[in-house]
Amino acid sequence: MEISRHWRLRQQRYGLVGEVCPHCDAKIFPPRDVCPSCSGEAKTPYVFSGKGEVYSYTIVHDPPEGFEANAPYAVALVKLDEGPILTSQLTDVELAEVKIGQRVEMVTRKLREDGDERGMLVYGYKFRPTLATAGA
Amino acid sequence: MSEVYIAGVGITPAGEHWERSLRELAFAALEAAANDTERLLGGRAPAEALFAANALAGQLSGQAHLGVLIADFAGLRGIEAVNVEAAGASGGAAIRQAYIAVASGQVETALVVGVEKTTDTIGGRVNAATATAGDSDFESVQGATPAALAGLLMQRYLHTYGLEHDVFADFAINAHANAKANPNAMFRNTITRDAYARAGAVADPISMMDVAPECDGAAAIVLTSRPTAVRVVASAQATDTLALHDRPDLLGFDAAQLSAGRAYKTANLGPDEIDLFELFDAYTVFAALSLEAAGFAERGQGWRLAVEGQIGRDRRIPIQTFGGLKARGNPIGATGVYQVAEVALQVRGEAGASQVPNARVGMAQCIGGIGANIVTHILQTA
Repeated sequence: MEISRHWRLRQQRYGLVGEVCPHCDAKIFPPRDVCPSCSGEAKTPYVFSGKGEVYSYTIVHDPPEGFEANAPYAVALVKLDEGPILTSQLTDVELAEVKIGQRVEMVTRKLREDGDERGMLVYGYKFRPTLATAGA
Repeated sequence: MSEVYIAGVGITPAGEHWERSLRELAFAALEAAANDTERLLGGRAPAEALFAANALAGQLSGQAHLGVLIADFAGLRGIEAVNVEAAGASGGAAIRQAYIAVASGQVETALVVGVEKTTDTIGGRVNAATATAGDSDFESVQGATPAALAGLLMQRYLHTYGLEHDVFADFAINAHANAKANPNAMFRNTITRDAYARAGAVADPISMMDVAPECDGAAAIVLTSRPTAVRVVASAQATDTLALHDRPDLLGFDAAQLSAGRAYKTANLGPDEIDLFELFDAYTVFAALSLEAAGFAERGQGWRLAVEGQIGRDRRIPIQTFGGLKARGNPIGATGVYQVAEVALQVRGEAGASQVPNARVGMAQCIGGIGANIVTHILQTA
């Protein structure tokens, strides 16, 4: 049980809240308070759009404890439109159709289960292929 | 600053040791190193410090505090002792700490013992434990194991350079071919190109033939300021971002470049003067990236050395000379100690059937996480 830890990360897990550097305007995710581009202090919150594309991907067949029920599943490096890359599972997707460059968008899903039926359910971001919108 | 030499080395078989505990494995390696030291120096060299290297015992065996566990069991009560943890680079990092201790003059002789036990638990728990080397909050929580991160790296490598998966086959084939002569290797079977192509997926495009087997094992070395046949001419460490996704240049393997670069500068040597390179082939793609980062190949060309047959024991840059991680086995925190012990045997000319002809200068490099912490040592015949 790691309740406080997942609670602490709720803005990132559910809202993709990162930071923007007030010195060089770099967008930062996950938040790290020191800008990786200019090393200046960067603590200004920034909400990402949740849109991006697959930069690399893998299909996991040999899962760690807590992820057995999902396997096989796709894990991707997603390059957000604002610049940063994050690691995320892909969901609502045919595994054979995942490819580099594919457009994806953030959704909230269950990430894992901690142990037995009294264990915690950890929710957070995953990415799915961008849905076509009306008129698009 | 004192010069630092390697006295004895002790290597025990890597594999599944159901019958032996962490402390027993570590003690066997220390005993072997002590006997080797006695043979080389004509007497025992009392050590003033012990550096253990272990990554996972706290998680897999419920046992932390290995410095004391091992010192106590080995009859070294009272000695200064500490465990060094740097994931897969623990072994190299412990050797570096011992090197600094001896070079500084604080101690004349230091023991390093790497030990790992991955078979006390099975399956998903081992994967969850090894995944703690990554970013727990932003990688592991997504179900990204070390193999998955290596899969992301390999996929991007193949995409960027326009290659097919089979360009990595010869790293696995070379490892198994070299392990045949090593009685301490876990796998001594031949693998064929066909078997490589048919291997089951672990984390696409990574297959079972791209992944080194995690296993039990222990190795030890004795570092001393008393001159011996083998001098440590460089010891260097460098870090990169913890998470793969935070790297501006995914395929640069920057910590490997920095670490090897610092080692070359200290030793005043370059890649052309290295007779063998024990690289960290936990995944075949690491082998290609390490060859590039250490200056043996241009970017995107590391695989070519394998495909063109340049990595065998009598070729341009011998790697995996005792089987590498892929076939000798990967006892995670201990692996860096195995590598340096193997290089010591090579430059002494005592590698037996594994001997690289005329080896005088050898380099060992181990990797923690997905290229996040990289330690390089260069040994030279004194």
